[in-house]
Amino acid sequence: MLKKEITEIISAARQAGWVMEPEAKRLLAIAGLVVPRFKWATTMEDALRSAHEIGYPVVGKVVSCNVVHKSDQGGVVVGIDSDEVLEGTYQRFSAVDHFAGMLVEEMVSGVELIVGAKIDYQFGPVILLGMGGTGVEIYKDAVLRMAPLQEKDVSSMVRNLKAHQLLEGYRGSEPVDLNELTHMMLVFSELVMDLEEMIESIDLNPVMCSSKGSIIADARIMLQGGF
Amino acid sequence: MAREDMMNLKALFEPKSMAVIGFSSTNDRHPANVIYNKNNLRCPVKVFPVNPRGGDLQGERIYSHVKEIPEKVDLAVIAVRAEHVPGVLAECIEAGVGGAAVISGGFAESGCKDLQDRIVAMAQEADFPFIGPNCLGVYAAGIVDTFFLPSERMVRPDPGGVAMVSQSGGILVDQMVKFAGEGVGVSLAISIGNKALIRELDLLRYLIDDPHTKVIAFYIEGFERNEGRNFVTAAGRSPKPVIVLKAGKSPGGNRAISSHTASLGGDYKVFSEVLSQYGVVEAKNEFELVSFCESLSCYRGSIEGRIGVITGSGGHGALAVDVCSSHGLTVPNLPEPVQKEMRDKLSASVQAIASCGNPIDLTGSAVDDDFVVATIALSRAPDIDCILLLLLPYLPGTTSDLGARLSQVYRREGKPLAAYVPHVEKYRMLIEGFELNRVPVSPSIEGAVLMAEALRRCKPC
Repeated sequence: MLKKEITEIISAARQAGWVMEPEAKRLLAIAGLVVPRFKWATTMEDALRSAHEIGYPVVGKVVSCNVVHKSDQGGVVVGIDSDEVLEGTYQRFSAVDHFAGMLVEEMVSGVELIVGAKIDYQFGPVILLGMGGTGVEIYKDAVLRMAPLQEKDVSSMVRNLKAHQLLEGYRGSEPVDLNELTHMMLVFSELVMDLEEMIESIDLNPVMCSSKGSIIADARIMLQGGF
Repeated sequence: MAREDMMNLKALFEPKSMAVIGFSSTNDRHPANVIYNKNNLRCPVKVFPVNPRGGDLQGERIYSHVKEIPEKVDLAVIAVRAEHVPGVLAECIEAGVGGAAVISGGFAESGCKDLQDRIVAMAQEADFPFIGPNCLGVYAAGIVDTFFLPSERMVRPDPGGVAMVSQSGGILVDQMVKFAGEGVGVSLAISIGNKALIRELDLLRYLIDDPHTKVIAFYIEGFERNEGRNFVTAAGRSPKPVIVLKAGKSPGGNRAISSHTASLGGDYKVFSEVLSQYGVVEAKNEFELVSFCESLSCYRGSIEGRIGVITGSGGHGALAVDVCSSHGLTVPNLPEPVQKEMRDKLSASVQAIASCGNPIDLTGSAVDDDFVVATIALSRAPDIDCILLLLLPYLPGTTSDLGARLSQVYRREGKPLAAYVPHVEKYRMLIEGFELNRVPVSPSIEGAVLMAEALRRCKPC
């Protein structure tokens, strides 16, 4: 069953047709998924306070209902390490069409994966796991399974990625915690089943995977037209 | 249809009596006449011609109405103009006919969706099953054949374990030619055309319970909303292997795609990966379909995909390894003690020159016994789960008995074999030695590898 807060977040986003990052992350956190510490700042002072609270370095991202692909429009700045850089970034973002604030967020690291969902016409909700980040459409290394997922589906998805070795500890790097990743995928799959009637697709990209866990660093929820 | 309370489809596939509606007293090439004639002359089903004008044909009565037929009619073949179909269907329902194959075109495929919806509603109301419209109907080996194709030009595979359901009649008939060519036996061939009422899922359920069918194959162009979900869920529970050949693999149009997930997970990619998730075997083309059907009608159970290769020609071994690796099958090297034990049992002439590592090249000097020795050795090797036999019938030391002898090894040891033998008439006896013992044989190396691949694919991943 969907929690009331989740339904409320979705209803509020119906007009725009999609749930913007800060609200998407709040929704995911309510569903039990791990997101980085973040603040949605709507004034410069607010942004500075948030950065101090989280501690530099931080990531800054533009919030606007007109910017779906933030990176493409210079709307993501990583490694902000001083008030000066933060202020500059905030100022630049303010000029963006429909500017609705800046997301200030803790930096997380790991292997960048994409975890996604779409409501397929023939098969209903399906879940995707792939190599993520900004190069996601270049690698095209992704595996899909019909939801709801079972544990064995997640292991098979990982196994079937071309780059699966990167998750298993490649050339001395620490392997990703696959239990955490599996848990994350299963919780996500349940959420998607509950949202089936409302969503068109979800991109969690990147999901930062490491030995410490799987943290959703960016999220976008596209809603069904006219649900 | 796809409801839990299934209509009884037996009347469609095992009819004892059949009415052919639309029979023409003037045009003997009319589809209804072709269907009437071939069943009348060649099938045990009792056939009655029907035409509203009545009359007779060479002393046979043409019934003007299906309800005049003096006995219960199991199957009605409806081959009248589309606009007359609702009327004919109502008559069949009223007369207590068991079910129908609506051959007529002129429905949704030509824009007349309303007419199609009307006959579906009538049938649903009366719990009356029909196949089609716009289809060839049913071919049940030795029972009935509603395909309106001249009898003398049809190629009929032997009766056997493969049932095939196809949205396209043309693909179905063509596939029957290929099955016949490869000695793949067929239980049922069903052309579902517009699949207005009876759809893939209904037939999957029927065929899972059909005692004559061992392997269920589909040619599918697409599913309705969420229909694929129900299909794979049912197929995943099927104790019989399910094979799907999908048309429409290329991405359609330039729809606006708003997310990476939608862009990476195109319709076909989802289709293909969900099939494998549920252990449904996807054939990428017609050639794979035939090889998979042949292999899976011989063997039950799945393998990991570790292949042992036995041949009398180094080149054949090398090519087979290439094909295996392109399909993700491995050809593991055999442990030294296994190699030694095998070599010790080989005939003196090849003992020193054979390669026993895998692929096993027994050389052109090998005799039948050497192939038997190697096949037994691989059958007992725990690292191998399927054996490819690449046989060259022209090697002087081998005989036509080799197929039967190697099949005996399979029957004793139980490890699946797939053979390559060039398919020409003079090697027929060698091929039959395998086929009569239910060991699949392909006319190409690639085909033999696909037979092993089929066993690996029917495992859910």
